[in-house]
Amino acid sequence: MKPAIFEQRSKQIVQKREGDEFSIACNRDSLAGAVSQRACVFCGSRVVLYPIADALHLVHGPIGCAAYTWDIRGALSSGPELHRLSFSTDLREKDVIFGGEKKLEAALLELIAQHKPNAAFVYSTCIVGIIGDDVGAICKKVSAATGIPVIPVQSEGFKGNKRAGYEAACRAMMQLVGTGDTSGISPLSINILGDFNLAGEIWIIKEYYERMGIEVVATITGDGRVGDLARCHGAALNVVQCSGATMDLAKMMQEKFGVPVIRASYFGIEDMSKALYDVARHFQDKDPGIMARTAALVKEELSVLLPRLAELRKDLEGKKAAVYVGGAFKAFSLVKCFRHLGMKVVVVGSQTGTEEDYKELAAITDEGTIIVDDSNPLELARFVKDLDVDIFVGGVKERPIAYKLGVGFCDHNHERKEALEGFVGMINFAEEVHRTVMSPVWRFTPRRRGSLQPVTALDAAACASTVSPEPAKEAAS
Amino acid sequence: MSAPTPLKRRKGGMTPIEPFVSTTNACKMCKPLGACLAFLGIEGCVPFLHGSQGCATYMRRYVISHFREPVDIASSSLGEKQAIHGGGPNLKLGLLNVMKKYGATCIGVATTCLTETIGDDVSMLLHEFRKEFGDLPLPALVHVSTPSYGGTQAEGYQAALRAVVDQLAGSEAATSQVNVLPNFVSCEDLRHLADVFDHFGLDAALLPDYSERLDGGAQEDYVKIMPGGTPVARIRTMGGARATIELGRTLDPAKSAGGLLAERFGVPLHSLGLPIGLRETDAFFDTLCTLAGRPTPRRYELARGRLVDAYVDGHKYLSGKTAVVYGEEDLVVGLCAFLAEIGITPVIAASGGESGRLSCAVKAVTDGLLRQEPEVREGVDFYEIAARARELKPDLVIGNSKGYRVLAKELGIPMLRVGFPIHDRFGAQRVQHLCYAGTQALYDSIVNTVIDKKQTDSDVGYGYI
Repeated sequence: MKPAIFEQRSKQIVQKREGDEFSIACNRDSLAGAVSQRACVFCGSRVVLYPIADALHLVHGPIGCAAYTWDIRGALSSGPELHRLSFSTDLREKDVIFGGEKKLEAALLELIAQHKPNAAFVYSTCIVGIIGDDVGAICKKVSAATGIPVIPVQSEGFKGNKRAGYEAACRAMMQLVGTGDTSGISPLSINILGDFNLAGEIWIIKEYYERMGIEVVATITGDGRVGDLARCHGAALNVVQCSGATMDLAKMMQEKFGVPVIRASYFGIEDMSKALYDVARHFQDKDPGIMARTAALVKEELSVLLPRLAELRKDLEGKKAAVYVGGAFKAFSLVKCFRHLGMKVVVVGSQTGTEEDYKELAAITDEGTIIVDDSNPLELARFVKDLDVDIFVGGVKERPIAYKLGVGFCDHNHERKEALEGFVGMINFAEEVHRTVMSPVWRFTPRRRGSLQPVTALDAAACASTVSPEPAKEAAS
Repeated sequence: MSAPTPLKRRKGGMTPIEPFVSTTNACKMCKPLGACLAFLGIEGCVPFLHGSQGCATYMRRYVISHFREPVDIASSSLGEKQAIHGGGPNLKLGLLNVMKKYGATCIGVATTCLTETIGDDVSMLLHEFRKEFGDLPLPALVHVSTPSYGGTQAEGYQAALRAVVDQLAGSEAATSQVNVLPNFVSCEDLRHLADVFDHFGLDAALLPDYSERLDGGAQEDYVKIMPGGTPVARIRTMGGARATIELGRTLDPAKSAGGLLAERFGVPLHSLGLPIGLRETDAFFDTLCTLAGRPTPRRYELARGRLVDAYVDGHKYLSGKTAVVYGEEDLVVGLCAFLAEIGITPVIAASGGESGRLSCAVKAVTDGLLRQEPEVREGVDFYEIAARARELKPDLVIGNSKGYRVLAKELGIPMLRVGFPIHDRFGAQRVQHLCYAGTQALYDSIVNTVIDKKQTDSDVGYGYI
């Protein structure tokens, strides 16, 4: 590999070498001017809380923060869809000068009266942190006046990165947890944390657990409800997906209510199966039949999945992938997913991974794989080109990099419209990878121009000879 | 900043109730986004947001989803420390990185609400930067004040253009160049405008021109800054141009780039509406004829002829229909001008912008053609537009993608996507709006949208309509 593009970032890019002690710099502030693919604290909070469908999500700030996050994720709800509206205090110059508290209070009162949410979250944006509005006090006041929880989310954009936003969101949710009635909850019960029900994924996972005989108390936050959050401390186990988005909440619940935690990933065959078996194992003392039921479930699902994968693998064997995602946990699963397709991940990175995460990545990837923290378009483009990858897995911001260079792409981010979790999700993922990698269009891009064969020259005589003027006669002979 | 017009919500008729203080489903974006788009139309220019990292990332995502092209917007990535002690060092480090790694020949710095409020003096910081790094080949540095609470993306776009001209244009010797300030239009529109001027034999300096950068070809290598855009050299000579044509009826010359060129350098300013519809396009071509001293080239006469012919051929599908139209103010004015010509009444003409000029402009372009005056709403959100639309029951929705779920789907009526952003259809960069050709494309789409609805709603399965 050539040296790093930005010298200041050289320690955040590592190539795996057998025998080398692995170390990487991460969890740093983004480098100014480097066009980081990261977002901000507000973004972290907004993505975590957004799917709570019966809550009012009021963004306290100028219009941009609300406008750019209006209905951006396919986080589906089986009931109310209040989360799909975009509410803002739309602060103006005079509010910035005189303070936005009055406007915030009036906005909350009118919106709560109009939409009758079960709770309201108030997101602080950069400007609120600077002008010093006492958002907590207003929330308290409005909560007393309206009788619903009104919860401040301390998500001023500049106060850290997305990870800090996750934590702020978890602290906000924790204000609801423990306020509801837990009676009637089964001893075999869990909360699903860290899944956002993109393309209905949480319904797929919930159905697996239910087939195993487990009650799902709260889905956090996909298809989430305020009432479920209030009573979710009554569940026997928290199953947490994703690198960090809701881990803080699970830790807080463990501390306060003693709810144990296990981690899970629902992407790919191994991780999906492992998630179910881990949960089954947790409950096997209470329900001895659960292991057998889980094994039957996995077997049944695999009987559909494996033959289809084998078919797709024939075409994909030996192709190369680059993976750049928000949290590193998803990257672990993706490395394994690609192995099932006979493909090799040659670049893998995340926006917010920890040193531990990267060590794990180094352990499961092949020799020579590039591991990168908080990357940017220039670096990603170089990796794609130098390592000659066939597919890039990332989010909307990475898509044009891949396409410009003539490389296939799979959206594995919050905006995806295809369910990629669960066993069925693995099929969808494989189909999507196949669709993009096997498309003929790459042959026309400049990168592959050399391999392009011109169309066969028009040969009127040859064409004529293939069509018999008298088919009947030919058939007779 | 003028006080926002109080919004009157109406319930079940015309009784005004208490104005709302909150905004639900905004029909606008924030000011720095517009500035970034304008900077993307300058050759070799990297837009640079002075603020926290999230602003740049959110705007990139928003713009990428429309153009489906790489859009790099740099950021000074301020954290808590910098918010307290000032963002100067980060700004300078960021500029150096953009210079070195992107090889930018121009950097457009736009502020955000954070840096405006902590009081960073960007003009002074850039002055210091030029002194500190004077030994390096410095790019053209332009800055614009765009606090997000100070206006919409349309105002940010215009403010950036004015800043560019203010800081780059000089009073050079007179040139034959004609400055063309086309407003925020599609890449296809920009290409078409360039052709039109070319065919008139006019030397047009189009500002901005992102037609190649935001709708370019496949690449062998990742090009750090895509080719294309208005060359800085062309901007520098704008003060000596023989004329400026500035499109957009709600623009205020006191705040526009064209106004500045007229004021400071005496470049004659031709303020026109966006050439959408027959009459606005006629006015535009008349101006070109005068400037070029020649009649309209035959190809455009033919296009005009086809358009009038199409107006007649399709009139019965459209006559008496009503539409709700929304988006950036100048686009709304252009669309109203056009709809009035083809017998569609824009019953609601709405925008999140608050120039104070929308009503007057809509009236000017629809007068004498409509039997019912459009209800013009400035500074509104989709919540209010939808509430009025439910009462007025329009036949069509015309605007950007953001109205799909809350208007078209909710009301069960067809939609024509125009303007920005178009996040739920393909080819947004290539939607044509301007001149006879653009109007023709819009017209065909509208007629076909109406026909499609009629055909789909009928059980007969009509093969001829």
